[in-house]
Amino acid sequence: MLFGYSFSDLGSILVMQGFSGLSLFSVLLLMALGLAIIFGQMGVINMAHGEFMTIGAYSIYVISKITEQYFPGFMAYYFVVAIIAAFVIAFTVGYFVEFLLIRHLYRRPLDTLLATWGLSLIMQQIFRSVFGGREVSPTLPDWLMGSWSPTPSIDIPINGLFVMLITLVVTAVVILALHKSRWGLKVRATTQNRLMAGAVGINTQKVDRMTFAVGCGVAGIAGAAFTTIASTGPTSGSTYIVDTFLVVVFGGAASLLGTVASAFTISQAQSILTFFMTNAMGKVVTLLAIIVILMLRPEGLFSSKVRK
Amino acid sequence: MNTFYDRWLGGRQGAIGLLLLALLIFIILPVFLDIYRLNNVGKYLTYAFAAVSLVMLWGHAGILSLGQGIFFGVGGYCMAMYLKLEASDPASTARQTTPGIPDFMDWNQITQLPLFWEPFHSLPFTILAIFVVPAVLAYIVGAAMFKRRVGGVYFAIITQAIAAILTILVVGQQGYTGGINGITDLKTLHGWNINTDSAKYILYYINGVLLVGVILLCRYILSSKLGRLLLAMRDKEDRVRFSGYDVSNFKIFVFSLSAIISAIGGAMFTLQVGFMSPTFVGIVPSIEMVILAAVGGRLSLIGAVYGALLVNYGKSAFSESFPALWLFLMGGMFIGVVMFFPNGLAGLYQTYLKPSVDRFLDKFTRKSSAVKSAALSEKKEVAE
Repeated sequence: MLFGYSFSDLGSILVMQGFSGLSLFSVLLLMALGLAIIFGQMGVINMAHGEFMTIGAYSIYVISKITEQYFPGFMAYYFVVAIIAAFVIAFTVGYFVEFLLIRHLYRRPLDTLLATWGLSLIMQQIFRSVFGGREVSPTLPDWLMGSWSPTPSIDIPINGLFVMLITLVVTAVVILALHKSRWGLKVRATTQNRLMAGAVGINTQKVDRMTFAVGCGVAGIAGAAFTTIASTGPTSGSTYIVDTFLVVVFGGAASLLGTVASAFTISQAQSILTFFMTNAMGKVVTLLAIIVILMLRPEGLFSSKVRK
Repeated sequence: MNTFYDRWLGGRQGAIGLLLLALLIFIILPVFLDIYRLNNVGKYLTYAFAAVSLVMLWGHAGILSLGQGIFFGVGGYCMAMYLKLEASDPASTARQTTPGIPDFMDWNQITQLPLFWEPFHSLPFTILAIFVVPAVLAYIVGAAMFKRRVGGVYFAIITQAIAAILTILVVGQQGYTGGINGITDLKTLHGWNINTDSAKYILYYINGVLLVGVILLCRYILSSKLGRLLLAMRDKEDRVRFSGYDVSNFKIFVFSLSAIISAIGGAMFTLQVGFMSPTFVGIVPSIEMVILAAVGGRLSLIGAVYGALLVNYGKSAFSESFPALWLFLMGGMFIGVVMFFPNGLAGLYQTYLKPSVDRFLDKFTRKSSAVKSAALSEKKEVAE
């Protein structure tokens, strides 16, 4: 017996809390992937990253409403199309934001922080004006509802499994693209040495814009994942930005593998602690632990061997 | 006398700027505003402490802290704890299950005053705590980060994370901190009722004097060798390090100093507004303090005060009647000061107004002594 629970109960709690942690893991990881490649390459923090997630979430909502209204027959399939749309919309907005705002500020990372915070305020207000202040949820297709029970005391929601699947696919695609594609080669070259990359004929400005847009697009997919676990409001994204940045730093800014590992650790720790303490205290303990670890080891879990 | 004039007041330009500010705070505003509005201005001026601290930290030392709300909050809470204990004497809390403890503790089934509240029965301890607690906190955070050469955006985000943690903690531990409502119903400071009109006037003036004092102190630091080193560190950190200076110690010092300045603002906030709550601690208020400094001009101590007055006035004027418009405006300000006016109001003054002001002043002073003014303006250029 421990905390008044029998061991088989504890096992079930661990599995279920662990699983709800996996949903958080999916959102955090997808957000952090985008933030990590942007931060890794350009050294700027996009404080409006959460709002790109919200764009993705609202895209899913709008498409679900349109499908429900005009093409009710396609309700079962719309979600897949909507995920692609979420990526494309967030990608496009990110592309223009980079062009209009971010590219002027690469030399001033602290100022970028403030400018993108301003951008996030404006975007939040646009969401509020367009969709209203109340939280909305898309109508999910039937096959995403329900749950899977391997044993009587364990209950795993299907949408969580689906989100996990998306996350794995997207993460795999991003890592593959970075290491096997032409674009990835340019990105890695620019990240390692911007001047030299320029000297050998890589248009670093173009690479920057593309990277920023892809990062925002991935955040859009994070928004799609988010809609399956919570409802969307104008400020949904902003609550994740601090956690996401801690994920990136904790994992080691230059390593995507580190990002995956730290997203996993943080979301699991938070989710399991939440069960034994109040929601707030679980979060406080997790964040505090990360900050203490970061003070002892500022380069994060997986540090790159690059001299700065 | 001359060192005082040049170093504390900042020469002719600085002295005039300070004089105008003092005129505004001590005479013009109290004459033209009723006590309710003046009390509001006093509230805005407490934010000016945070803005001034950011001018030192961010403008001159190049360290962006997105967590000044932490220290503002620490100062405010220390003061609020003292006032709350005084307001909860056994006689006035006789109806509670446990008389003599703050009402929110009673509501949360706490029957004994927590140990960390005990020392706040004493006013000297409270005043000491307002200076020492934020300084120690800033020292710990600063030493851990700067000694390991963590800075820039990392530092900014980690201070923001600490602000977030502190808010969650204060909101979550309702029985010990008053939760989301904060510490309310504050009545007296050492037996002196702070809610009367005359008390509000006195507090407003104390606040103004403290603010001017802080600005003078900051001017003195900036005009010293330390101030030059801070600037050098901001512009070429490695070079300062190679010259044999321990950069991290200077950073820790200026971070702790800025923490103390913000905490004074927080304590004055509690006294003038009459309560303290976590809404003045977290991520959003902390980053808004940065915009106060940025609008005023990140290099100008006096500009920061005007920035605090203007932005907060705009906020209360707009957010009542057009809340939607205000967020656009606020967002636009963040982008605008970064993209188009990196030196804020002070920068605009420098480029557009200062030349004509200078010409006017030169004409004015040349009559008395032409030589002196030439020497002065030369000195000022060096100082700048």
